[in-house]
Amino acid sequence: MLNRKTIILVVISILVVGLLGTSLSVAAASHEDELSGELEIFSWWAGNEGPALQALIDLYEEMHPNVEVINATVTGGSGVNAKAVLKTRMLGGNPPDSFQVHAGQELIGTWVTAERMEDLTSLYKEQGWMDAFPDELIDLISTEEGIWSVPITIHRSNVMWYVPDNLDKWGVEVPSNWDEFLEIAPKLEDKGVTPLALGTNWTVNHLWESVALDVLGPDKWEALWEGELAFDSEEGIAVWEKLDKILEYVNDDYSSLSWQQATDLVVEGDAAFNVMGDWAAGYMSTVLELEPKEEFGWAPSPGTDGVFMLLSDSFGLPKGAPNRENTMAFLKLLGSKEGSDTFNPLKGSISPRLDSDLSKYNVYSQSAAEDFSSDRLVGSLAHGAVANEGFMNSFADVMEIFLNSRNPEKAATAAQAIAKQNGIQ
Amino acid sequence: MQFKSDKIIALLILLPSLVLIGIFVYGFIGQTVYVSLTDWGQGAALAKNPEINLIGFKNYGDLFSGFLNSRFRQDLVNAVFYTLFLVSGALGIGLILAILLDRGPKGESVFRTIFLYPMSLSFIVTGTIWRWLLAPRGGINRLPTMAGLPAIGFRWLNSRQSILNFNWQNLPQITAIVVGMVFFYIAFRQWRSGSKRKGLLSLAPTGILFLWALWGARFTPAILPTPEQHGFNLATIGIIITAIWQYSGYTMALYLAGLRGISEDLREAARLDGANQFQYYLNVAIPILKPMTMSAIIILAHISLKMFALIFAMTGPDNAATSHPAVLMYLTTFRANNFAKGAAIAVVLFVMVAVFIVPYLVSAYRERRV
Repeated sequence: MLNRKTIILVVISILVVGLLGTSLSVAAASHEDELSGELEIFSWWAGNEGPALQALIDLYEEMHPNVEVINATVTGGSGVNAKAVLKTRMLGGNPPDSFQVHAGQELIGTWVTAERMEDLTSLYKEQGWMDAFPDELIDLISTEEGIWSVPITIHRSNVMWYVPDNLDKWGVEVPSNWDEFLEIAPKLEDKGVTPLALGTNWTVNHLWESVALDVLGPDKWEALWEGELAFDSEEGIAVWEKLDKILEYVNDDYSSLSWQQATDLVVEGDAAFNVMGDWAAGYMSTVLELEPKEEFGWAPSPGTDGVFMLLSDSFGLPKGAPNRENTMAFLKLLGSKEGSDTFNPLKGSISPRLDSDLSKYNVYSQSAAEDFSSDRLVGSLAHGAVANEGFMNSFADVMEIFLNSRNPEKAATAAQAIAKQNGIQ
Repeated sequence: MQFKSDKIIALLILLPSLVLIGIFVYGFIGQTVYVSLTDWGQGAALAKNPEINLIGFKNYGDLFSGFLNSRFRQDLVNAVFYTLFLVSGALGIGLILAILLDRGPKGESVFRTIFLYPMSLSFIVTGTIWRWLLAPRGGINRLPTMAGLPAIGFRWLNSRQSILNFNWQNLPQITAIVVGMVFFYIAFRQWRSGSKRKGLLSLAPTGILFLWALWGARFTPAILPTPEQHGFNLATIGIIITAIWQYSGYTMALYLAGLRGISEDLREAARLDGANQFQYYLNVAIPILKPMTMSAIIILAHISLKMFALIFAMTGPDNAATSHPAVLMYLTTFRANNFAKGAAIAVVLFVMVAVFIVPYLVSAYRERRV
């Protein structure tokens, strides 16, 4: 009898200890990674950029296996549709955990002034990011109240592309400013070559900002956006006058070409130069399989040597994000050297960190990263850095007014009017 | 008693849809009209509790006479031309196709399917296909080279030319003359139908409007500070061709059903009276098809005001030459965050649709009453 009781007691105690043990081991495992649930990442990265995002998500899932990552991508040229969906979601009180937004006024002017974002200053201090990113970049994503997002990519806007062998054949050098370009352009036309390849409407805005950076220089470019220099001032009109002259030397079917088709004109030898952001390098080396430096060359757009006009994709933490902790872990990964060097080589951009591992990048990106760490950094207009969305949208209309009238004063007046309307001037 | 409970049951069954339509259709129309009268879109437009002030009709005033909104005015002109050409083109081609098929050619059902098929495609699909066909260096422009002729250089979707230009400052006078002409037509009809006094009375507004347009207008302030030319953009031709291609099969089906509904007796009678085929269609069939024409006009006209998808697929958001108020509404609202102005554009579009739909509904309702 007693014996039997002891046996039962022993069995019970074994069971209890065993149960405790397993529960302890569960506790230990979940301590390793206490994150679970979901993480919804909202972006417009599909197509070429899809694999880069997927690599980042894979890395995240490896680190936090219990989190289910939802990749909410809305496709469509430079995010016009994604932004519309995002805005209705935010207005409807259903924010994603984190969303892609261009660093600069697209973030500040739209989301920070609306008090929709959480301050990330403490995360920056905790992770030591204040020194990892260049100051000019942190300024772009900060207000006096805080830092509002984590940058993941850097692209350069002011780059001029060409084919070195063709330039030798035609006997021209890369122009060092737009006046030099205007001198060699007639020579190229005599040879039956289009001096400058141009694409659809927004690429004209893109060209405008490179021309403006040459005509105004970086200090006045920034003064323009701080409201210290008027768009209809003499210098402001001079930008449009220069653009007017340059447009004499572009392919006349530009408004129907995509930016890739404009790049094709240069590659095929129909045109000499093209001004486009450095995603063109990715297009030429990956899609067209051309050898950087040998089969295509680059230089800062005329007159902007030593200045790096940047645009950057970043992710922030919206107020009311359903899975805050998961998002914080995601942002930590984005800002880390590992995350950045996983994503950027695949996307064809460079890392916003100054300590990135350059051996992982291609030839073009290495040269861009070098400029990024030594050049003066300014923000781009066409890609959301220096002006709010209201101005950017109306600027497309101003460009339309200019292309129809080719009247520099009229365009400058209209630009000044929309700057006033959107609180820049 | 029986009658009453019937009514109650009917009401109960209808109630859910009445409530839902009340909220989701009319409630939201009301909401849009309200937003269009505010300044929502300044500064922190996307805040949780944005600061919204009522500013009356200022957004509408800006759209029609603000210096910076010339794109809206061109879009409005484009919309008028889209409607005009889509309706007339689809009706004309549809009628011709229907008459050809009505003659009972071999393989009629095959042709019917082929002609009707484009309608089953979405605007995005048609738009993408035709964008390729109309590309400046390919597709249709290269067709003549196959016969050894030079390629066509026309920019179907990107031409910057425009014809039939008018100065927006003259719009009030143009409107006055058009409305005056309508009154003149009414007066003319009343005169002919015998009521001469009524006719003379209707002639009075014509005179006043004409007088103001031709002489009085110079004393009223201009609606725009500077002259502004708007007209028919040739770049819209590509989009018009695509839309007609997509919808002429539909009008063909409508007309064909109508033609088949005409009794053989009438055709025989016409033939006995000595009418040839052409006269039969012109004087007998087409007048009988008037209800089909009416409903086709209504449907095509309101489709042409919803061309957003086709234009977005063919020329993208920033090609102002081919733009439409619906595209501008999307950009103003969701790209520029200017919700109030976007709502105002939506209301203008809504009114334009109502201009087509309401008279049709009223006349349809009256006919049923009689």
